[in-house]
Amino acid sequence: MSALVELDQVSAHFTVRGSGWFGGAKQVLRAVDAVSLAIGEGETLALVGESGSGKSTLGQMVAGLRAPTLGSLRFRGGPFATKAARRAIQLVFQDPFSALDPRMPVSSLIAEPLVIQGIGTQAERRTRAALLVEQVGLPRDSLNRYPHEFSGGQRQRIAIARALAPEPALIVADEPLSALDVSIQSQILNLLKSIQEERRLSYLFISHDLGVVNHLADRVAVLYLGKLVELAPRAELFARPSHPYTQALLDAVPRIGRARRRQVALSGEMPSPLAPPPGCVFHTRCPKAQAICRAEIPLLAPAPGRPDQLAACHFKE
Amino acid sequence: MLRFILRRTAQTFLVLLVMSFVIYSLIGLMPGDPIDVMIAGNPGVTPAMVAHLREIYGLDQPLPLRYWHWLMAALGGDLGFSRTHSQPVLEVLGPALAQTAKLMLTGWSLSVVLAFILGTLAALKPGGKLDAAIGLFTFAGISVPVFWLALILVLVFAVTLHWLPASGMAGIDDGGIVDQLRHLALPVLTLALANTGTFTRYVRAAMIETMRMDFIRTARAKGLSEPRIVIGHALRNALIPVVTIMALSFGTLFSGALVTETMFAQFGMGKMIYDAILGNDYNLALSGLLFATLVTLASNLAADLAYGWLDPRISLR
Amino acid sequence: MTAIDTGAIDQASSVWQLRWRRFRRHRTAMASLVLLAALLLFVAAAGPLAALQGLDPDATDLLSRYDSPSAAHWLGTDEAGRDELLRLMYGGQMSLLVGIIATLVGGTVGLAIGLAAGYAGGRIDALLMRTTDGIIALPLLPLLIVLGAVDLTKLGFSSQFAHSGAAGFWRIVVIIALVDWTAMARLVRAAALSMKERDFVQAARASGAGPLYIVFAHILPNVTTPIIVAGTLTIGRVILFESVLSFLGFGIVPPTPSWGNMLNNAQEFVTTDPGLAIYPGLLIFLTVIAVNFLGDGLQHAFDPRSER
Repeated sequence: MSALVELDQVSAHFTVRGSGWFGGAKQVLRAVDAVSLAIGEGETLALVGESGSGKSTLGQMVAGLRAPTLGSLRFRGGPFATKAARRAIQLVFQDPFSALDPRMPVSSLIAEPLVIQGIGTQAERRTRAALLVEQVGLPRDSLNRYPHEFSGGQRQRIAIARALAPEPALIVADEPLSALDVSIQSQILNLLKSIQEERRLSYLFISHDLGVVNHLADRVAVLYLGKLVELAPRAELFARPSHPYTQALLDAVPRIGRARRRQVALSGEMPSPLAPPPGCVFHTRCPKAQAICRAEIPLLAPAPGRPDQLAACHFKE
Repeated sequence: MLRFILRRTAQTFLVLLVMSFVIYSLIGLMPGDPIDVMIAGNPGVTPAMVAHLREIYGLDQPLPLRYWHWLMAALGGDLGFSRTHSQPVLEVLGPALAQTAKLMLTGWSLSVVLAFILGTLAALKPGGKLDAAIGLFTFAGISVPVFWLALILVLVFAVTLHWLPASGMAGIDDGGIVDQLRHLALPVLTLALANTGTFTRYVRAAMIETMRMDFIRTARAKGLSEPRIVIGHALRNALIPVVTIMALSFGTLFSGALVTETMFAQFGMGKMIYDAILGNDYNLALSGLLFATLVTLASNLAADLAYGWLDPRISLR
Repeated sequence: MTAIDTGAIDQASSVWQLRWRRFRRHRTAMASLVLLAALLLFVAAAGPLAALQGLDPDATDLLSRYDSPSAAHWLGTDEAGRDELLRLMYGGQMSLLVGIIATLVGGTVGLAIGLAAGYAGGRIDALLMRTTDGIIALPLLPLLIVLGAVDLTKLGFSSQFAHSGAAGFWRIVVIIALVDWTAMARLVRAAALSMKERDFVQAARASGAGPLYIVFAHILPNVTTPIIVAGTLTIGRVILFESVLSFLGFGIVPPTPSWGNMLNNAQEFVTTDPGLAIYPGLLIFLTVIAVNFLGDGLQHAFDPRSER
């Protein structure tokens, strides 16, 4: 069985014009660098990283908004740039206030993917919108209303209903909870979970919040400076992180009532993606860095004794 | 920054070159024919002579070639001969330019002074009665046709009150400064009133924004008197950017000057161009129009550069 | 942010209803609306009035120049003995018609160019913007005059057509539109640029929407507000342009009246019959100031801050 979406050495490079008096030479920003992974049917893959890690850009490529500069994507083993792929992969955004066209009523907003894909008659679409609106927990009369009449959490529900309209196989959720109040976050999170269980959806769940990831993910992929540094099933990753960066991320999550396991302090700041460090991208901040880390790029390989857990480190645990 | 300057200057020259071709072609489309005008009223002219004349003046050549000849001559300083003035074009341009400069500078300065006074007064209490009255005045200023304003002023000051002369430049005996001022008064007043409206709005907006800033609150807390705050601090900060915008309005100012000169029979660039077009004086019309274009473009460039210098965000592009 | 209308739950509180309510509160704008309606009635009454009085607005009568208002001529006669009131009304038709049509033509061109530049981006945007900036930088009136002085016969039109009233009308519409589309283009481009990056546009793209769909379904509806405001203000500007050009003799040419060309020789009769110098300009002034106030009211009504 081929995976739902496969990424093969996918890169996203941007050319940036230099600054300065006469304009410097053009530089290349490697937002995403040679990432390979696969998303299966019905699984939730969490994509974790700090800002500047490239996770949003990766999400855009999976959603079909951006073509990769290098590498390729596959949908169910076949080509990616097809109408079927666009229908099957939908997107939910971070900012609920920007995600909905203020000029359209909710019924049109939800039905829009159907209109774009040419699915169903107008009556059928309206019926579907009515169904979806209730499934995401909003009252029926929302259909005639406009986005500005709803709160952030409610708008996010509408956005989710829109993503569900064409009966997708995968939803790319780019930090869908970050802009919401904490009390609303758990509501939306539960909504996402229940939807997945009902429909056997896959999620590419992009987040920087490890607590949420722990709640929802089946597997976790960790990005640093555009590179995939660790890819593991959820339980393993949280129990025994293999890559030093993952370890540092987990240690940074405050846990009430429990002493920290170990102190892994990261030195320095994340380098600019315009000038990534040679060799292993993480070596400038890594407490374990050695000469080899600067010279050789580590490949993703299984951690000792745990073949499901992949890390890109010369000294993975 | 240097790159920015060079780029903008190059753009200006390019536009000027393109415009020179466009205007050259348009002049050719004006009613009448240079040869016909030359031989007007001369019964002994035969078609053979006309053809010969055409050859001599190069009028049988295609347009791009004729343009090229003109361009080469112009770059060498030869702008041709003005038929209606019986002088080389350059000798006509000089005094006309001086007259227009006199009118425009005086008018512009008056506008600026009035605008700063009115705009500041309006900004002191936004929404108040004075602000509303000044607002009405500015709306009137931008809605009034300049030539009609001139007529009304003539009606009031010249015809009814006999305070000022209705037109012309100086008395027959060239009666010194006072006489020149009397003749300049109505045209300057017309030009100034027409532009004060827009300028006042700029000043008002800039002053309102400046007065809201924290450093004004500090000045108040220090116990400085209100007039001192408004003039010494707020006004000074609002001055430069506002004056820059006002300088940008050069193009509109020139158009207003054109009308004013024509109405008041003042021999400036505007009237010169207008008469030249009506009188089929092709050389003069062409040179005059191009000069007007050059001056407008140059002032826009100067304003852009000043803007770029003022706002560090722009200059780093 | 809570739902605003708890009373009428089933009533769609559409964006337009909100706007109308806000507009009504702006008193000067409402007054301007009334004034403009009155002006429209005024110019529309030209035909009926001429029929009623049995007068020909173009008929000159050199024996009755500068007559004072009378029963036959309610506002007197002009410098050629023509009825002043009728000429004001017909002139108004011309000036308003040029204003509206030139705005529509120029606005459409500006809209198309702004959308193309804003949405396509890249080289197309750069090229279009360079051109726009070039035109904006030119001195308008001299350029309009040169364009207005063009002899249509040299462009291949027949002499009869070139001198007809229709040619004169379309000439000035084309000239003004040619020169005035830049403001609209810039505005639309800025709006399109900001819309392009919004998430709902990205969502539509992710579902497979092409550029045409996005432009018509999302960008255009969201730029209607600045377009309407800009369009209204453009009408005022265009009316002023036409009046200046006609006044200088390069726009609408007599005998067809326009408010501008009625002041053609105003300097001659400003002493003999000041009324003739006042009326046409006053009408231009009232129309333009009303249009400007209307635009201002629309701008306040469309305030996007309350419609996030």
